[in-house]
Amino acid sequence: MRAVHYLNQFFAALGGEDKAETPPTRLDGAVGPGRGLAAALEGVEIVTTLACGDDYFAEHEDEALAALLVHLGEIEPDVLVAGPAFGSGRYGYACARVAASAAERGIPAVAAMHEDNPGVAAAGFVVPTAVNVAGMRDALPRLGALASALASGRELGSAEEEGYLVRGFRRNYVAEKTGAERAVELLLAKLGGETRTEAAGDLDRVEPPPRVADLSSALVALVTEAGCVPQGNPDRLPAVRAQGWFRYDLDGAQTLASGRYESVHGGFDVTLANEDPNRLVPLDTVRGLERDGRVGRVHESLYTTTGNGTPVVVATKFGQEIAGELRDAGVQAVLLSGT
Amino acid sequence: MLAKEIERAGIPTVYVTSLPTVATMIGANRIVRGPAITHPFGLDEAERRRIVERALTMLETDVEPTTVWEVEE
Repeated sequence: MRAVHYLNQFFAALGGEDKAETPPTRLDGAVGPGRGLAAALEGVEIVTTLACGDDYFAEHEDEALAALLVHLGEIEPDVLVAGPAFGSGRYGYACARVAASAAERGIPAVAAMHEDNPGVAAAGFVVPTAVNVAGMRDALPRLGALASALASGRELGSAEEEGYLVRGFRRNYVAEKTGAERAVELLLAKLGGETRTEAAGDLDRVEPPPRVADLSSALVALVTEAGCVPQGNPDRLPAVRAQGWFRYDLDGAQTLASGRYESVHGGFDVTLANEDPNRLVPLDTVRGLERDGRVGRVHESLYTTTGNGTPVVVATKFGQEIAGELRDAGVQAVLLSGT
Repeated sequence: MLAKEIERAGIPTVYVTSLPTVATMIGANRIVRGPAITHPFGLDEAERRRIVERALTMLETDVEPTTVWEVEE
């Protein structure tokens, strides 16, 4: 099987920063770190090294990619390997774009770089490395192993088994042990001081925005996931798995009166809520605080959906859409209720 | 998720919920524990006032990510 290796001008020994404007260049066989990589490949030979200056790639990405893809089209390798780029931002980005473009054209591809390299997000398969070139010796065997696996066409295992960075995909498989047995194993491991998980949590975190400096002059919006709608649910908000959210004009209402509003949430008993919908969205209290000057003004639109059986990706979309409207309306603080 | 996305847009958001563990897992930052799933803002006006006041105070406070506040009785 045959591999193509992508390097920048420095690692391809074309020169340092003074050669960073070098356009895509095709070299025979393995070059520089490619020699160490070749030793780590199993049944795969590096037939060609493609090199490009980091600045040239950054400034002429479309032309660079087009030229590199022409070479790949001629060579038809079984795998493309890019880097390692370690912590280098320009090089990492180039490796990522080259690997992703190859993969889009059906050529299995892997890049290697530090996990904080901005290229990671664009790259597809990434073998993590140290932040600088001191990690070369450690990186090449792992990069070689994954490149060999990709070239062979065998089905890859998990990120942990194969040594690539988690890509955020979940794949079904038949486990040898039941969930109960695996859970007990994880619990015993945790008691032994080793915390492991089969389902890494959502790592996307948002920094809390700074506090509201002066609530007494702020525009405050009410948002709810508790399925509060005008009585009779005129827009047919679903009780579960909502497909959207609704905005209702409060029209100066001082309270969410029973008989005028109700909850259609399908995830809990709404009897108490419908006796007094302020138990879900405290409009009466907030209006009182508005009169007292504790809060500036209440936003006259109530945003509502049912947060029940909603996939995370859908709820995220609702959040982005509602956030956009609130921002456009100049809302400075939000009181959100869920159940 | 709504809390997180609205805060991502830069608007401080306090999430009142009786399931703060779930809120923490998904990455809401300002969380006030409500008394029950069926009535996160309590049953009567006095209780509601206490919970809302606690929530407003949290909006007026700089917090660490995924902070949960209880409401005093």
